[in-house]
Amino acid sequence: MNTLTIADKTFNSRLFLGTGKFGRLEEMTEAVRSSGSELVTMALKRVDLQSDSDDLLQALQIPDVNLLPNTSGARNAEEAVLAAQLAREALETNWVKLEIHPDPRYLLPDPIETLKATELLAKVGFVVMPYIHADPVLCKRLEDAGTAVVMPLGAPIGSNKGLLTLDFLEIIMEQSNVPVVIDAGIGAPSDAAKAMEIGADAVLVNTAIAVANDPTAMAIAFKEAVIAGRRAYEAGLAASHAVAVPSSPLTDFLLHK
Amino acid sequence: MQSFENTFHQYSWTFVHDRIYSVRKADVQRSLHKTKKTIDDFLVLLSPAASDSLEEMAQLTQQLTQKRFGKTIQLYAPLYLSNECQNICTYCGFSMDNQIKRRTLSSIEIMQEAAALKAMGVNHVLLVSGEANKTVGIDYFLKAIKLLRPHFAHISIEVQPLSREEYEAVHQAGVHAVLVYQETYHEEVYKRYHPKGKKSNFAFRLDTPDRIGQAGLHKIGLGVLLGLEDWRVDSFFNALHIDYLQKTYWQTKYSVSFPRLRPAEGIIEPNFIMEDRDLLQLICAYRIWNADLEISISTRENEKFRNHIISLGATTMSAASKTNPGGYVVDPQSLEQFETSDERSMDEVRKVIYQKGYEPVMKDWDTYW
Repeated sequence: MNTLTIADKTFNSRLFLGTGKFGRLEEMTEAVRSSGSELVTMALKRVDLQSDSDDLLQALQIPDVNLLPNTSGARNAEEAVLAAQLAREALETNWVKLEIHPDPRYLLPDPIETLKATELLAKVGFVVMPYIHADPVLCKRLEDAGTAVVMPLGAPIGSNKGLLTLDFLEIIMEQSNVPVVIDAGIGAPSDAAKAMEIGADAVLVNTAIAVANDPTAMAIAFKEAVIAGRRAYEAGLAASHAVAVPSSPLTDFLLHK
Repeated sequence: MQSFENTFHQYSWTFVHDRIYSVRKADVQRSLHKTKKTIDDFLVLLSPAASDSLEEMAQLTQQLTQKRFGKTIQLYAPLYLSNECQNICTYCGFSMDNQIKRRTLSSIEIMQEAAALKAMGVNHVLLVSGEANKTVGIDYFLKAIKLLRPHFAHISIEVQPLSREEYEAVHQAGVHAVLVYQETYHEEVYKRYHPKGKKSNFAFRLDTPDRIGQAGLHKIGLGVLLGLEDWRVDSFFNALHIDYLQKTYWQTKYSVSFPRLRPAEGIIEPNFIMEDRDLLQLICAYRIWNADLEISISTRENEKFRNHIISLGATTMSAASKTNPGGYVVDPQSLEQFETSDERSMDEVRKVIYQKGYEPVMKDWDTYW
């Protein structure tokens, strides 16, 4: 299986994890370990940057796992940029997952503010990973702004509805010059496998694992699904047909003299 | 100016009452199984007819809450700044006609109380006061907020209704959320319980969440005082208010609290009794109607109820609360606004949450926003 490179880092695992919603931090640590993930995101607002013994940060000290602070809670570019700068100082990472959702109900990303923040942050050396709608034009605009990846949603965040935006995701993958990470809505391992089969570079999963009865077992299921999906993509999936093609009734005449 | 009043006046108390009490079992099943719920489904789910489906409602509530909020409970504690008050609210310990010792914390005292809260691990604090605009007005609040801002990740306030400009000022100073309860949406009953003081103006209070929304606060907390009037009808109006606000101030989060009337010195007994079963039904109805609503449970409720509600819809809980100014260290003997029912320490409550398989969250916001 090919590795995935984003900015200066190379990943063996194409499964990224979110760390919210777990009932126990130990459960979260165990799920991250079992998933084989090498990139996990956590909400900056949950971390006490003033304390050197923050529970969440402690629980995320896992070998080979990179931290991806996110700006969840930010309502506009200005707030997100401020949060990213604080994260860079406190956590010594220039990676940031941009989450700008002024709407607290469905947590839908604000495309205008996200583009603005990406421009500002990329200019000062951040590795920007923006959470966005499955909007192919926005993806190209973000590329121009210097984004490291694009992270379109498969369905509303936390909805576990799968790849409702499939047609748009396919356009994005077809056109993208940066890795495409499917970020939200992936509810079952089969959704993750499907995303990988159609050519996503990685998927990010949170709710489906955190809220499972057995998060560790679910993390393993996602790990295997992502590997299976990626292998299938690399092997080249056979094309599917809507109707059976038993012979060539329209072109057979060419064979007859 | 945008106002809830137009929506409010489309429904009469009697009309809502009659609808709630004529809901049938078949309506309950239909509402429970719809994918998108409306305010009408909320009405159905808080009806007496829905009471028979409480177990089913509870199952759904647990599932929806875990999906949206995970297995987490945010913890906070109140910091009472003052019990001075120029209102007469016949159910409240701070009521002006109640002959008690009045106290307003000085800056030094505020910091002493804050240090006690920090020592308990509190990072989200709720500032509470009575209504005494001359001594405990906007200038006093701004000073208190400025003092506390560096020490707490999240500050909310529960004080007298302010003007839009004043809300803008407290927001600017670092307040994230404002709690304001209508107490009751029954206009005549409201006037009976609030005969004197600025609070007797029903319409001004009703428009308060609009002013908070216009000032751009991150979160608005609503609620009715359960026990003043029929909780079912009052709660419908409260939900109608939230429904309107959510559509109008769409960038704002909403939370709902459930103050059940508790004994306090010199006050009347509740007119309407709300049993634990009723309160659970109401919480479930809110959750099933509105999966994104924060549901806050205070120490008015007893240990047993609080232990169970952790996995039944709650998202936020106060703990170790003192409801008197200076209650933590400065003047523990001063008069409480109401008697708390769950007197466990913050650590004990954290432990209970943990034992239920939930994570007690002490910090979910930051000073830079």
